[in-house]
Parts: sequence; structure tokens; C-alpha cells
Amino acid sequence: MRIPYYPGCTLKNTAKNFEVSSIETARVLGVEFEELPRWNCCGSVYGMARDNIMHQVGPVRNLLRVREMGGQEVVTLCSMCYNTLKRANNFVRKNRDKLEVVNAIMYLENTTYDGSIKVLHYLEILRDRIGFDEIEKHVKKPLKGLRVGAYYGCLLVRPLDAALDDPEEPGVMEKLFEVLGAEVVDFPLKTECCGSYQTVSEKDIVTERTRKIIDTAHDVGIDVIALSCPLCHFNLDRRQKNVLEKYIDFKTMPVLYFSQLMALAFDLPLDVNLFEKHYVNPVPVIKARGIIE
Amino acid sequence: MELRLNPLEVKGYYVNLVESISGQNVFDCYHCGKCTAGCPVADSMDIKPQQVLRYLQLGKVERILNANTMWICAACITCTVRCPKGIDIAAIMEALRMIKLRENYDRIHPNRIPQDDLEELPPIALVSAFRKLTP
Repeated sequence: MRIPYYPGCTLKNTAKNFEVSSIETARVLGVEFEELPRWNCCGSVYGMARDNIMHQVGPVRNLLRVREMGGQEVVTLCSMCYNTLKRANNFVRKNRDKLEVVNAIMYLENTTYDGSIKVLHYLEILRDRIGFDEIEKHVKKPLKGLRVGAYYGCLLVRPLDAALDDPEEPGVMEKLFEVLGAEVVDFPLKTECCGSYQTVSEKDIVTERTRKIIDTAHDVGIDVIALSCPLCHFNLDRRQKNVLEKYIDFKTMPVLYFSQLMALAFDLPLDVNLFEKHYVNPVPVIKARGIIE
Repeated sequence: MELRLNPLEVKGYYVNLVESISGQNVFDCYHCGKCTAGCPVADSMDIKPQQVLRYLQLGKVERILNANTMWICAACITCTVRCPKGIDIAAIMEALRMIKLRENYDRIHPNRIPQDDLEELPPIALVSAFRKLTP
């Protein structure tokens, strides 16, 4: 199966580990990600002001690229891209008059957008197209004994019309980690916000959020947190440095992308995970559980 | 003393603007406080989300525009999905930000972000912060 793929800015940058591990694990499952030509930034946050259509042009232009490729759907990895593209798509589908305005703004394009593209997240491909039973067949090294906590954050599950699972009690990642052989620990803060873009101007607030989330994960006995958003990853991983500066007794915790856990369970070469990009090195705990030597 | 509130008299320029930008009716709120209870950053806000709705109902928009509330909001949408009256509170916060931003107000300045942070911050953080906090 080939599917058009929208990477987004951070996947080519600090979240290269997320991109490489996703592409490689999808390949194992027989899915080929085909990167959109000339994609542009989606805006990373959805514009909620109803009277400003300019904010919808960026995401919609990417959907136009999918149409140009002859695709019916597009897959994303980053939660924020997924959310922005999907909500912009919902907006123009519901407001045809606004879609006409967006198309008029993009008058230099060769085609117009008609609202037909379906926006999907890699987790949806895994759950709905491939299925967990099929994924289980590819597991060569079960993540035995690794206590994993799934962290969804905000934008995979909110708002309702863009959610890929239940907004309060999602379970898709838990099911995935179960078939990977991990010991899934229910994480009570799995849909709590990490502070998002406030990390730029309100670093202290985000540092406190990170401390609360990581401390709670330790309390319930989690070894590693797994997630799907490069911004959550930055806040929960890199901001642990700021927590350490403030609290000397703070215990760090590795934070991984769900695709990295898949790569470990599929026994792919360790370098697809680019663990050197992490602030808290996940290798010691994975070694301690005997998953890698 | 009897106090009577009439929405038509209370609603001034700004309340109408908030309603038209957000598409929400601020008088839908019956103040259960669920938005404030679930807000992950409410403890850093001068005025809590539910109080914002109350000030809007009373037409006291200046009080809100001078508070840090809409700038602290991380647009996580928890309030919106939990509101029993179906109010999109996150969109109301966006409308309040828009009112200030359209007056050319900058909440953050690129040259005031420390150099170490700029080197570390991923593009996703900078793009979203500038989208939300600058005109």
C-alpha cells in the first residue's frame, strides 16, 4: 500500500527520529509513505477565528497537493499537523462558501480543492488498515517487562470532530503496545496538556507541567512514556533539564515516540531510532529490560 | 436594591466582537466551573476561564483584556470538550487574543527570546507561539 505522506516542519528537524522510525516500521508492515511534493507549513495550530480565512489556506494548500498526486487520503505523523489539517478540512467541508474563498486566494494553482481528501494519522493506519493482529506477526523482540505509559496529549483526541479516539479515555496506543509485548501501565495524565507552545514564552509553566507529568508517571511505575507529538516530546523530554535545574531530587524518565517502540519490537537496526536526539537517553532502561544488548 | 441585566444593554462592542469571532453565545454559560477545573494552566491565570465567561456576560471586557488569561491559555481544548453547554471556550480565548492582536499588540518578541532557547526550540514551538501570540 502506498499512501501520500505529509511530514511537517519538525519531522525534518528535531523529530527526525520520529520520521525515520515511522517510515521504516511502516515499510515492515507493507506501507510505503510517499512524501508530498512542495508541501508547506500547515501553520501548526488551527486558526479558530471564524472571520479569518487566511489561516486555512496553508493547510488546505497541502490537501491540494494530495489531490495533484491523485491521492484520496494523506497520512501525518505529528499530532499538530494531523489536527490542523483535519480541522481545516472539516471547516472547508462544512462551509463551502469559505472553500470558494480559499480557492480564490490560491488562484495561481492549477487545480482547486473540493474537500474530498481524508486526513489520517499513522495510528489510524495501524489500527484500521493494518490491524493489531497483523502487527503482532511482525514482532521479533517483544518488549517484555518494559513498563510503557501512553501519552496522547491534546491534539490527537481533541476536539471531538478531529479526535482519532475517545477524548477522555483513548486506548489505541495501549493496544499497540500490548501487541508489541510491552507491559502497558494506565497513565492517568495521558490526555493532560504539556503546556504546548507556551514553552517559548512561559518556560516556568511548562517546566512545572513536565515535572507533574513525569512525577506522576514514576508514581504509577512507568519506565518510559510513549507519544506522537514533537512538541510534547520537546516539553516532556528536553524540559526535564529545566526541571532538574529547579528540583535536585527530580528523577528523569525517557520519552519515546510510539514508532520507536515499534522499531525496537520489530528488531530494526537501532540507528533508525536516532536515540542521540533525546535529552534523557532511553538506552539504559531498554538494556536493563533485556530488549537490546 | 434590585439589579436587572438585559443582554442587549450589557452587550457592547467587544462582547459582540467576541461572539462574532468565536461563533459562540457567551450567555449559554451557567457557571458550573468545569472549564476552570480541567484547565491545566488555570493556576497561572489572573482570571479563570469560567470568570472570563462571567465578565463577558456582564460586558466587562476591559477587565479580561488586561488580564493574562488568554495569553496563558495553551489552546489544549480541554475546556471545550468538557463544557456541558457545548460552548467552545477555546474559541472564545482565541477571539480575545484576536482582539488584542488586531490592534497590533505583540505578546512575544523574537529578540527577547534567549539565544540558548532559540537554538534548542523546535520549529513547531516557534511557529505555533508566533501564530498565537503575535499579529
